Amino acid sequence: MLFFAQIVAMFVTLLVLLGIAGFLVFAERRVLGLLQNRLGPNRLGPLGVGQALADALKLLCKEDFVPPFASGLLYRTAPILVAFSALAGFAVLPLAPGISWAGDWEIGLLLILALSSLHVYGVFLGGWSSNNKFALYGAIRAVAQLISYELPMGLALLALVLLAGSLALQGLGAAGQPVPLIVYQPLGFLIFFIAGIAETQRLPFDLAEAESELVAGYHTEYGGMRFGYFFLGEYLGLVLIAALISLLYLGAWSGPWLPGWLWMLLKTGFVIGIFFWLRASLPRPRYDQLLHWGWNALLPLAILNLLLTAIAAALWGTL
Amino acid sequence: MPEISNFTMNFGPQHPSAHGVLRLVLELDGEVIERADPHIGLLHRATEKLAEHKTFLQNLPYMDRLDYVSMMCNEHAYCRAVEGLLGIEIPQRAQYIRTLFDEITRVLNHLLWLGAYALDVGAMSVFLYCFREREDLMDVYEAVSGARMHAAYYRPGGVYRDLPAQMPQYEASPYRDAKRLEELNANRGGSVLDFIEDFTRRFPGYVDEYETLLTDNRIWKQRTVGIGVVAPERAIALGFTGPMLRASGVAWDLRRTQPYAAYADLDFEIPLGKEGDCYDRYLVRVAEMRESNKIIAQCVDWLRKNPGPVMVDDYKVAPPPREEMKTSMEALIHHFKLFSEGMIVPAGEIYAAVEAPKGEFGIYLLSDGANKPYRMKIRAPGFSHLAAMDEMAKGHMIADVVAILATMDIVFGEIDR
Repeated sequence: MLFFAQIVAMFVTLLVLLGIAGFLVFAERRVLGLLQNRLGPNRLGPLGVGQALADALKLLCKEDFVPPFASGLLYRTAPILVAFSALAGFAVLPLAPGISWAGDWEIGLLLILALSSLHVYGVFLGGWSSNNKFALYGAIRAVAQLISYELPMGLALLALVLLAGSLALQGLGAAGQPVPLIVYQPLGFLIFFIAGIAETQRLPFDLAEAESELVAGYHTEYGGMRFGYFFLGEYLGLVLIAALISLLYLGAWSGPWLPGWLWMLLKTGFVIGIFFWLRASLPRPRYDQLLHWGWNALLPLAILNLLLTAIAAALWGTL
Repeated sequence: MPEISNFTMNFGPQHPSAHGVLRLVLELDGEVIERADPHIGLLHRATEKLAEHKTFLQNLPYMDRLDYVSMMCNEHAYCRAVEGLLGIEIPQRAQYIRTLFDEITRVLNHLLWLGAYALDVGAMSVFLYCFREREDLMDVYEAVSGARMHAAYYRPGGVYRDLPAQMPQYEASPYRDAKRLEELNANRGGSVLDFIEDFTRRFPGYVDEYETLLTDNRIWKQRTVGIGVVAPERAIALGFTGPMLRASGVAWDLRRTQPYAAYADLDFEIPLGKEGDCYDRYLVRVAEMRESNKIIAQCVDWLRKNPGPVMVDDYKVAPPPREEMKTSMEALIHHFKLFSEGMIVPAGEIYAAVEAPKGEFGIYLLSDGANKPYRMKIRAPGFSHLAAMDEMAKGHMIADVVAILATMDIVFGEIDR
């Protein structure tokens, strides 16, 4: 009986996550509207919230179309891979001590890194199987970018693991009590933050789908719900990265008065807000500049950070 | 082993940053451009041929539709050509109104350019901020001519009518409350000149806002400094004009070198660049917006103090006033002849050019003494700029092509005509 209850609860979690992704699309449009001196969608429902539902419904009702020149199987698999890798990450993410599907699984962080690598496959296969030149360029850019930013991201996390002595996300979150880890790892935080934006492929780093250069990048040929999956993957990835940042660096569930899980959500929302803000204000670097920056600046910095953390840990011990 | 060949890519005509209908065939080695081959003609509307079948007055609205971002400057070149053939001098006040609207048009054009350029490089907010200011200037267009874009306000012999004494106001609507309405109408209480003056006071602050977002932004500089460099000699040889030429450091501006309208009496600077790269072209255009703002303020000042006619007093060229037509048979005949047969322009040929926001916009008119031009040739600045695409883009990357294309300020209305 418990087993079925769990299945139903998991299903509900899934629906909530999909709802969050849809809502975020709407929220982003409203926030961008606010920052750009315009309204954004405000007609459907209170404040225009219904727009999220209407968009989802529209995508679901579109014709299921596979271009004749595309490689059918891969073309169909890719968006699912992207949406799956984004959704699965939430299984190990704790909202507060004890509130997590995977419990206190000791390799939670590793799973998230592995899933973000799987995400690259989805993006690449999507672009490649479309058999479109713009999509191919988008896919190549995505792979180059994700690989070069995953390294500094992993190294930044390694320093954190060294400090906290745990790979479990709950353990890492607990290490941030009462002093948030950003205090010990300011450089690591910056590296993770930047690599995180690159990982979610949002505006300063959205080269893989740079609208003004590659039309829509790797998902140029996609439409309907298959496109919706990519979109879902992108926004869920955004939530995941924001949640990780608040969990690992911003002290997770610690905070006065309110319950822990609410603090976690608030912090995540705050980080997402910063992502929106960045999108509204920054131009997009060029492909080679981005890679140059990733390999020549971020990676050495991440190694330096790891080295310093190791020395500090050896001298003064871990948390 | 199969031979390794370059990747050929069709950039446009349906592409978000093709600026209309440019078809750019790119030959790529990885992301590096080996060859950029612009194909034009997808917006060809045969304006030059059409002009041979319309009267001189009927041709005027077609000018708006050439470079549809700097409408009144195109009209200005055409009116100057017709006036030159007719051998008439237009009233001083009309000259000042034309100068005023040429500069408003320049600001309009540069605002759109800045927004589109920033959007192409990825900074999306600037675009919407620019449109906020464009809205005010569009309202000025509408106040004087009734149309937001295709104004047809300049006429051979002057301008269509004097500046209205009352700036149109927003009306009450179920979608905005009284407070919002009051906000919108706050600077619309007075005449059009009051509204423009208010705009000139606010505008430098807006330009500062755009510059805050872009000028010292490291990513922006990475994307623009050293991209699409054109040496001064090459710029001249390629037939560049306007900001494209001045960014390379060549001080050539028709407003200064061959003053027309009221430019000789006004005080303004010609901003120059040094390197001739995308960043300099950006700086030059932003500086030009500030200069235009100064010119607008001077024109407003002059226009306040000097009332007078805005149209020549020759009924063969300009329509007689309404009241006169009610009482005078002769005026009625003049009116009928002018709007049916049109004005008769003496035989001859002329080339008249203005410093349009994009560069030298010229009209070459050949008249055989009829009521229609025998031949009209349009000199569009964008045409020669686009022709340099290959030279400017070679060796750069795809993302730079987008930046270079945007800094040329391409509008296909004038290139394809």
